[in-house]
Amino acid sequence: MDPIVTFCLRMGDTTLILGQQTAAWCGHAPVLEEDIAFANMGLDLIGQTQLWYEIAAEAEGKGRTPDDLAFFRTERQFLNAQLVERPNTDFAHALMRQYLFDAWHLPMQEALCDSSHEAIRDLAQKSVKEVRYHIDRSRDLIVRLGDGSDESRAKMQGALDALWPYAGDLMATDEVEETLAGQGVLPGLDRVRRAFDAETAATLSRATLTIPENGHARTGGRTGIHTETMGYILAEMQSVPRTFPDARW
Amino acid sequence: MRPDTDTVRDWLGEVPDPEIPAISVVDLGIVRDVGWENDTLVVEVTPTYAGCPATLVIALDIETALHARGIEKVDVRRRMSPAWSTDWISPEGRQKLLDYGIAPPQLNAANCAGMLSAQTAACPQCGSENTEMLAGRGSTPCKAQFRCRDCREPFDYFKAI
Repeated sequence: MDPIVTFCLRMGDTTLILGQQTAAWCGHAPVLEEDIAFANMGLDLIGQTQLWYEIAAEAEGKGRTPDDLAFFRTERQFLNAQLVERPNTDFAHALMRQYLFDAWHLPMQEALCDSSHEAIRDLAQKSVKEVRYHIDRSRDLIVRLGDGSDESRAKMQGALDALWPYAGDLMATDEVEETLAGQGVLPGLDRVRRAFDAETAATLSRATLTIPENGHARTGGRTGIHTETMGYILAEMQSVPRTFPDARW
Repeated sequence: MRPDTDTVRDWLGEVPDPEIPAISVVDLGIVRDVGWENDTLVVEVTPTYAGCPATLVIALDIETALHARGIEKVDVRRRMSPAWSTDWISPEGRQKLLDYGIAPPQLNAANCAGMLSAQTAACPQCGSENTEMLAGRGSTPCKAQFRCRDCREPFDYFKAI
């Protein structure tokens, strides 16, 4: 597969699955404002997915639409990082998942603002503005709840312990990223990792949370290897288009 | 009939934003270009937020409004770059937002870098600058909820982006 297609699917699948997961908080978050916040961020992420899928579909040249890519691929064909498919166990897990994602997503989008690929550069220059708002919220809540009551701190530490091993999958690279880096499509990947490390070290320390040491790093999402939760997410997300493939509003 | 593009822009100035009908798509600064390609009127529109559900409605509203003016062939195209900024909302648009009860976005959006803590809003009801943010997201992704500490009215603030 054209490395551009693979890369755009890796990005788009990651924003789509997270968008689907955050949308599930609509009507269920502990307070109305956070209910709205998660739903709004999910909307941004699904909008960004649409842009990634357009670039992927055009590079692929098989006439597939963004909807085809979202609804008519199977689990092994999804190339999202495993972090975003981790379940909505509770609000702490959802927030920590979002924060770790944002801590990677912002520097990644900033790096892509200098991409040699025009459509990717345009996408990044648009998305980066939205992503700045995302991390502004996540960072604030991580600090408030981490450095909060005994109960909120324990829940946030528990979520960090559970999710930290999956964070590395966001930054896992192989020959696809290396090829694109060589072409200038994907500039500054080393800076993304450094920015993620600096961001998480500073914020988690302010939140009085401890990053697990020598944790086992889980990877594989970007080659289609997923955890047990992925099938359930796809089953729910794809059920209507698969049941009524030609349905129109 | 091929009306000149200034006339078309005037017409588009009457197409309301579907989410905030107090302002038009021209006030919002999302109509990037209007021009003729043979017998087709091409309108280039830039999306506000990538996932804004109003985007499709806006394209449809523009088409409908121009058809109603007698233009048969309309092509609404999306232009991604440069990315939309709230700095592009016209002075008239900012005044209309204020009259509607929405505090307009702080100018020089790039300086805010997505941080709500870097933004302040004056109360659209009494004009007081003694206000506080209640929540970073409001009725739509583009707004935050504020409250005036003087007149006690809650209000929406259009976030700078």
